Amino acid sequence: MLEITNLVKRYGRNDPVLKGLNLSVDGSSVVSIVGASGAGKSTMLRCINRLVEPTSGSIKLNGHELVNLRGSELRHSRRRIGMVFQGFNLIDRLTVMENVLSGRLGYVSFFQALTRRFPQTDIDRAFNLMERVGIAHYANKRADQLSGGERQRVAVVRALMQEPEILLADEPTASLDPKTSQQIMSLLQTLASEMSLPVLINIHNVTQARMYTDRIVGMRHGQMIFDGAPKDFNQDALDAIYGGIESPEEDGGEPQHQTAQEALA
Amino acid sequence: MTPVRTATDASSGRVWKKPPFIANPWVRYGLVAITLVYLYWAFSTLPFNWERIAEGLPRALRIFGGAFPPSFERAGLLWTGFKESFQIAFLSTLLGVFLSVPIAVMAARNVAPLPVYLLGRTIIIVSRSFHPVIVAILFVAAVGFGPLAGILTLTLYSIGFVAKLLAEEIEEIDWGQVEAMRSVGAGYLKMLVYGVFPQIMPRQIGLSMYQLDSNLRASAVVGIVGAGGIGGTLMNAFGRYDYDFALAILLMIIGIILVSEGISGWVRKKVW
Amino acid sequence: MVDHAEKLSDHVWSRYDRKEQWTRYGVYLVTLIAIVWAVRDIDIFWPWVWDAPNQIQNLGARMWPPRFDTWNAIFHAMLETVHIATLSTLLTIFIALPVSYIAAQNTTPNKATLWLGRFILVSSRSVNTIIWALLFVAIFGPGVLAGILAVMFRSVGFIGKLMGEAIEEIDRRPVEAMEATGASKMKIVLYAIVPQVMPAFFAIIILRWDINIRESTVLGLVGAGGIGVLLQGSIDLFAWQSVATILLAIVALVILGEAVTSALRKKVI
Repeated sequence: MLEITNLVKRYGRNDPVLKGLNLSVDGSSVVSIVGASGAGKSTMLRCINRLVEPTSGSIKLNGHELVNLRGSELRHSRRRIGMVFQGFNLIDRLTVMENVLSGRLGYVSFFQALTRRFPQTDIDRAFNLMERVGIAHYANKRADQLSGGERQRVAVVRALMQEPEILLADEPTASLDPKTSQQIMSLLQTLASEMSLPVLINIHNVTQARMYTDRIVGMRHGQMIFDGAPKDFNQDALDAIYGGIESPEEDGGEPQHQTAQEALA
Repeated sequence: MTPVRTATDASSGRVWKKPPFIANPWVRYGLVAITLVYLYWAFSTLPFNWERIAEGLPRALRIFGGAFPPSFERAGLLWTGFKESFQIAFLSTLLGVFLSVPIAVMAARNVAPLPVYLLGRTIIIVSRSFHPVIVAILFVAAVGFGPLAGILTLTLYSIGFVAKLLAEEIEEIDWGQVEAMRSVGAGYLKMLVYGVFPQIMPRQIGLSMYQLDSNLRASAVVGIVGAGGIGGTLMNAFGRYDYDFALAILLMIIGIILVSEGISGWVRKKVW
Repeated sequence: MVDHAEKLSDHVWSRYDRKEQWTRYGVYLVTLIAIVWAVRDIDIFWPWVWDAPNQIQNLGARMWPPRFDTWNAIFHAMLETVHIATLSTLLTIFIALPVSYIAAQNTTPNKATLWLGRFILVSSRSVNTIIWALLFVAIFGPGVLAGILAVMFRSVGFIGKLMGEAIEEIDRRPVEAMEATGASKMKIVLYAIVPQVMPAFFAIIILRWDINIRESTVLGLVGAGGIGVLLQGSIDLFAWQSVATILLAIVALVILGEAVTSALRKKVI
């Protein structure tokens, strides 16, 4: 159960990117978040696992407040939140297996991480998940040798290795070709129901959002303007979200300010 | 009838001149004047000892006459000198590269908080501002003649170079990988080991090889001021007018530098 | 959670396959042996090593506070240093350009000149400035001439190599166009090559001038003029407070040099 109440995020002195957002997601529902570039989708997702620091508001995951956590408390709650990125964000020069195991970094000691001595249970879990998504035979290949779809599968497995209570996906298919992106979407859908895991997906492709998710949330200018079942997502809703905005397909990504403070968090 | 313009038809007034390299004529002629004045000033104030310089030609003949053929007779001395140079270069590269990793992390703005960053930058700037020979003289004065001064000098020299470039590399990494590691709940050190180091590893190995090569060159030089290695042997040979032995040393230095340049280039190509 | 875990629990994973593992161990072993050999064999009196931090601190204490009573002499030596760097860089241009022309594969007249050019570059680059200085001091006696020549002989290799690479990387098509107009070799150089390598030329000269300033500060240690003479003199007299002043002056000069070069770079490029 994820509950976002009155979430506000503003970068510097600019207009807030998120203007008092309220959203709650429960059970194993797959929720897609649609909206034009700059609507604040990516910022909202990153506020949940605090890659972006919310300005105010509250985010609760299964009753735990996530805002204002620091240090190891923050890291412990992060490991309960899996995240899949648009650019995959794999560690290119490490093998697929190391990438997958890196999902356990929140659990193992630093020495184990350094020497790659992960517990056998983690390795078993890694093989299970990799076989589930069909990449186990790549275990010892370097991540940068894989195709886009395969890399996103690795990223999904890495997120699942965390034994997450919720999965966030930030434009998981935007860097993939249409066929592969359908495969990834249906994979996310089936995984969500198999593991009864709530999934939040930022997505541009409205057709796919309708096909693969249980609920659509529409955002514009940092506010929620649609929330309902795919069948209710009609032309009016589409116009309200994208109206007057040209070519919503190009997403340059939200501003990702990287400061030392955030890196240290 | 239409008038036909010819090149000789000056009255028609179509002339073309290459636009000058510097558009403003004052700046253009000013620069020429400044250069000439500078040259005059520099040459007239520099203390040239012309009588001594006039002796140069016969001296050069004598030196080169004495240098040929190069003498490899004292091979033992040659070997000891080079061995020491290599040891100095090797140990200081290891030490320097080892120390430059934490310093590079400190000096990379995206992974270090401001005070730490400033400290890291200061270390790098201090270790870069002096020529290794000057550093060597100071270390010789502090810890005495011998390879220890050489190792200290070249360690500092390596830190200045490797840490600087490594810090720049860290500042240019793909931030997505770091973000992914933070999102799985990794702490700072784990984030470094998984999100940062794999990305800078090839560069790090390349830099280490390059630094070994350049330390080997530098170790021949710091010896001239007494910090151990082949440089000292060369200095002695010059001092005792053993020009044939000096030439032998020089040829060996050139040969070894060429070989080490080749090896380090090959290794850097291997690590992609 | 997916529930076919049991049949997989015998999975093992190691980070490297066997061959990689052995190569890795091999590299570690060789490095370790080299370290042990170097540490045991090197001619170091170990008690001095443990005492080194003390000694360095001591030296630092003797340098404090810097004495500025010799600033006039230091200033003149600094000027001399700058002169050596500047004059030698300017003079180097006249030698380095022809050498780079014959050392570049696409402009060199024939194989023999190519190898001649490469030989000049390699021998210039392989001998350090201070070793060149040693040689020229022996020939022309101590003084700035030896310094200028030393810096020149080292710079020829640097500028020549980089210029040669710049020439090799030019766009061939303008050259062909000029050939098609029936231009002579020299005219082709003037019209098709010079304009293309001009920016690289300025960048390289500025870069080398910056390096030469640093190099010129040490020439004096072997008697080839510049601030190094003063530094060596003060060290010989154990005048550590003056040494500190000279070091500060060198830092100032190096920083100034960097400021000037970065300003020049912006102007030119």
